[in-house]
Amino acid sequence: MKIDKEEVEYVAHLARLEFNEEEKERFTSQLDNILMYMDKLNQVDTSGVEPMSHAIALVNAFRDDRVGESLSHGLSLANAPEARGDCFSVPKVIE
Amino acid sequence: MEYETVIGLEIHAQLLTQSKVFCGCSTKFGATPNSNTCPICLGMPGVLPVLNKKVVEYAMKMSLATHCRINRECSFARKNYFYPDLPKGYQISQYANPLAEHGYVEIEIDGGKKTIGITRIHMEEDAGKLLHDDHNSSSYVDMNRTGVPLIEIVSEPDIRGAEEAAAYLKGLHEILVYLEICDGNMEEGSFRCDANISIRPKGNTDFGTRTELKNMNSFRNVQRALEYEIKRQQYILEGGGEVLQETRLWDDGQGVTHSMRSKEEAHDYRYFPDPDLVPVVISDDWIEEVGKGLPELPMEKRERFVRDYQIPAYDAGVLTSSRALADYYEEVARLSGKPKIAANWVMGDVLKLLNEEKRDIKMCPILPASLTEMIHLIEAGTISGKMAKEVIEEMYRTGKHPKEIIEEKGMVQITDEGELTEIITRVIEANPIQVAQYRGGKEKVFGFFVGQVMKATQGKANPRLINDLLKRRLSEE
Amino acid sequence: MELNQLTIHELQEKIRTGETTSVEILQSVFNRIDAVEGVVHAYIALMRDSALEEAKRADLNIRGGKIRALTGVPLALKDIFCTRGFRTTCGSRILSNYVPPYDATVVEKLRESGAVFVGKTNMDEFAMGSSTETSFFGITRNPWDPERIPGGSSGGSAAAVAADECIASLGSDTGGSIRQPAALCGVVGMKPTYGRVSRFGLVAFASSLDQIGPFTRDVEDCAIMMNVIAGYDPKESTSVPIEVPDYREYLSGGIEGWTVGIPKEYFIEGIDPEVLAAVQNTIKVIEGSGGRCIEISLPHTEYCLAVYYIVAPAEASSNLARYDGVKYGFRSGAGNVQDLLTMYKKTRSEGFGAEVKRRIMLGTYVLSSGYYDAYYKKASKVRALIKRDFDEAFKLCDVILTPTSPTPAFKIGEKTDDPLQMYLSDIFTISANLAGIPGISVPCGFTRSGLPIGVQFLSGPFEEGKLFQIAAACERNAKIERRRPNL
Repeated sequence: MKIDKEEVEYVAHLARLEFNEEEKERFTSQLDNILMYMDKLNQVDTSGVEPMSHAIALVNAFRDDRVGESLSHGLSLANAPEARGDCFSVPKVIE
Repeated sequence: MEYETVIGLEIHAQLLTQSKVFCGCSTKFGATPNSNTCPICLGMPGVLPVLNKKVVEYAMKMSLATHCRINRECSFARKNYFYPDLPKGYQISQYANPLAEHGYVEIEIDGGKKTIGITRIHMEEDAGKLLHDDHNSSSYVDMNRTGVPLIEIVSEPDIRGAEEAAAYLKGLHEILVYLEICDGNMEEGSFRCDANISIRPKGNTDFGTRTELKNMNSFRNVQRALEYEIKRQQYILEGGGEVLQETRLWDDGQGVTHSMRSKEEAHDYRYFPDPDLVPVVISDDWIEEVGKGLPELPMEKRERFVRDYQIPAYDAGVLTSSRALADYYEEVARLSGKPKIAANWVMGDVLKLLNEEKRDIKMCPILPASLTEMIHLIEAGTISGKMAKEVIEEMYRTGKHPKEIIEEKGMVQITDEGELTEIITRVIEANPIQVAQYRGGKEKVFGFFVGQVMKATQGKANPRLINDLLKRRLSEE
Repeated sequence: MELNQLTIHELQEKIRTGETTSVEILQSVFNRIDAVEGVVHAYIALMRDSALEEAKRADLNIRGGKIRALTGVPLALKDIFCTRGFRTTCGSRILSNYVPPYDATVVEKLRESGAVFVGKTNMDEFAMGSSTETSFFGITRNPWDPERIPGGSSGGSAAAVAADECIASLGSDTGGSIRQPAALCGVVGMKPTYGRVSRFGLVAFASSLDQIGPFTRDVEDCAIMMNVIAGYDPKESTSVPIEVPDYREYLSGGIEGWTVGIPKEYFIEGIDPEVLAAVQNTIKVIEGSGGRCIEISLPHTEYCLAVYYIVAPAEASSNLARYDGVKYGFRSGAGNVQDLLTMYKKTRSEGFGAEVKRRIMLGTYVLSSGYYDAYYKKASKVRALIKRDFDEAFKLCDVILTPTSPTPAFKIGEKTDDPLQMYLSDIFTISANLAGIPGISVPCGFTRSGLPIGVQFLSGPFEEGKLFQIAAACERNAKIERRRPNL
């Protein structure tokens, strides 16, 4: 077993997802299968290999410090599920 | 038991660029909510970040000013967590390969110096702002601040008390403002500080359990919160308890720290290299170029002022409290050739006048050349120091040259001995009792005569001359 | 032939000579859509009104002598490209009401070249899938056999071209999402070099793998489309500032004296015999055209799938974190949910489909504390070795030839319960995304039952020209009959 139900619950919480019991069971076994398959990678000797995080090696892509156009205020909020006044509105955040 | 405090500070400074770090929106504070926003900083589907070059240069300046080693290659990572003020669900920051590491700053404490190590300086984007309405079950999000460039400066746990922490904070603040890369406004949040603090029995080398303090939005609050937290931790340890590793919020009103229980979940930020941004490679030439643009830093400047201008350390401290003030003072010192006198005028009258109106030295109506002219007039005996006080106020009010003011007001000092002698004679004749007292040994009465003469001359007499002539006349017979 | 069945270059000829108009072409496309869309369901949304206006404007320009690369040509866009003022869903409930305030760079470029947009095509939700079965808006059917899938994730774009519901279309390819459906639908599909076509405005799936490319009826059309969409974009940090050649100039070059590498690792068990036969036929065509085929080795091939299914979900888990019900898109029970955590979880659980959630879970897991090194970091290192394999191989050959997909189009529902089996249908296409190199899939025959088969060519980075050259040569010399699906 690579992953158990408890870990699935922890990962679901990190990803802000929730599942019913049946889904949890199914995900646990499917993810477990996939992770078992990933074990293949342990056969590869990667000592001294730099991890590759970009498909093409580029460096120093910059823009100049110039103010460009912002969205009109209405367009910023146009897609908001809930807005009030000038702001996006969300269920109360307790700090 | 005696305890030792161990503090490390994490400072976030907003950089004074025109546009945000990854898009072209303005960084101006105080705009209508969600008006300095675009698809990129709102994290809309499909958008991509492109790094503002000036952010790198400003961050490099701070790194050089704090003696950090700038990494020849650094890169950006994503810090993943959910919060309504974080539109992409991740913050673009630097993790494994920060811009700069292994630096230090010197702070002045108890008249001595101490070195505080800097672990790293990295670039990142700011989050938006949450607004709360007590009468409503909603919170509101303003994304104007989202994507404003920040540098995070992480100190080593070298700080040993609240006072040292305050000194370190002031030191960094001063450097940032000197470099003109941050406006340093703590109330508006452009300069923010979180602290990690623990205590341990004196002599121990292991660290105690630390708490993280947040929400301290002034220098004073940082010191108060740390002082409170030191006492709180001591109280727990002395009672045989254990300090919990947690985040605590400073409550300014109550003067205490509160546990942030709602956020007590394990932080698992899942950092990984941001595939949308490419590494930043910094050449020696680039570092050299940025280094050339560095101004003299406050501490060096203070030391030079003490050394070259022979002024007390305290005065040097006041005069270097901002770059513009130091420049102003230096110009007066240089033009007048009288650095000590220049220091007295700048620190005294000029700053007093500016402070009354909360005006910045850059907006001072008295130009260094005018102040110099005034100093020369005093030196030449044309006006008295007392007259000068009146002149400088007029200069401040009108921006006129001192000579103009003196002429307009007929304020030229009486330096003619004959004229003064006559006035003195009149004063002595009019006050026989006091003359008798003086001659009877009551020397304090001398001041009375000076006052009378001044009054008779409407303050225009040269005080040294009055002294000399009075003494001579009173000791006659 | 009907106008809607022609290629871009054929239509351009008719437009130039005044034989037809853009409005007429568009009309024939919409007639076809009205006739077959009920079966195929290639589109999520049609742009009837704006398309007609664009066609009229194109006709004005044509009369004024202003003819650009795609003037008056009806195109379809995968619903993953942001279109200003027009709903862009990415096949997901969570974006089912999202209207972008900006155009993707590729959309801008196509607009500027005079194209007419017919509609937004169906796709696997957030491009996660190989069959176009995971869309919130229903499945798309293969025009060659409506019982079968069109491939995916850009299944709608491939099916629309195959079913003559547009002239050409745009898709995106993260692990084969252009090339595999192109093969399964019998059209040409290209994934360019990473950084060649701007990703700005492409809703991100896996940022280090995503590329945009065309679906077309023939190789020449593909070159025409690439001429328009390729090029440096200052809005993207990973866009490469290298000049774009005129790809049409490569079409007639021929392949005399070329060496074509056949990687032995790609000829595995489980590959469909009819697919194998069609690919072997292509090898003969190449040899008949003066090319030399040699066996090469890409030793880390067997690890591609594992690397891909770590890297892609990891990036996706982060890219999809922005769908949280705050700024746009779907929010669960808006107004009634009283606390933030519940709002997040309900919104995301109701807004995403099962495959997307599976990948978010997988990606979150491989990045989480304690597993990063074992999975993400390890995979990133093996990825470097996979790229090195290709660098070595291209020292020995000009291009590499492989099947595009191990099987022809499979039945709807056949692989939906077994994610790993579904993932295996991308086994030949994934490596190009991991290495960042370009690939093209071109039709190379049909099965006895009449399903199309595709062959894939791969080249070194920024050598798309070579791919056009060999693909055009095969197209010319293989003389595969031009069939049309019987809808």
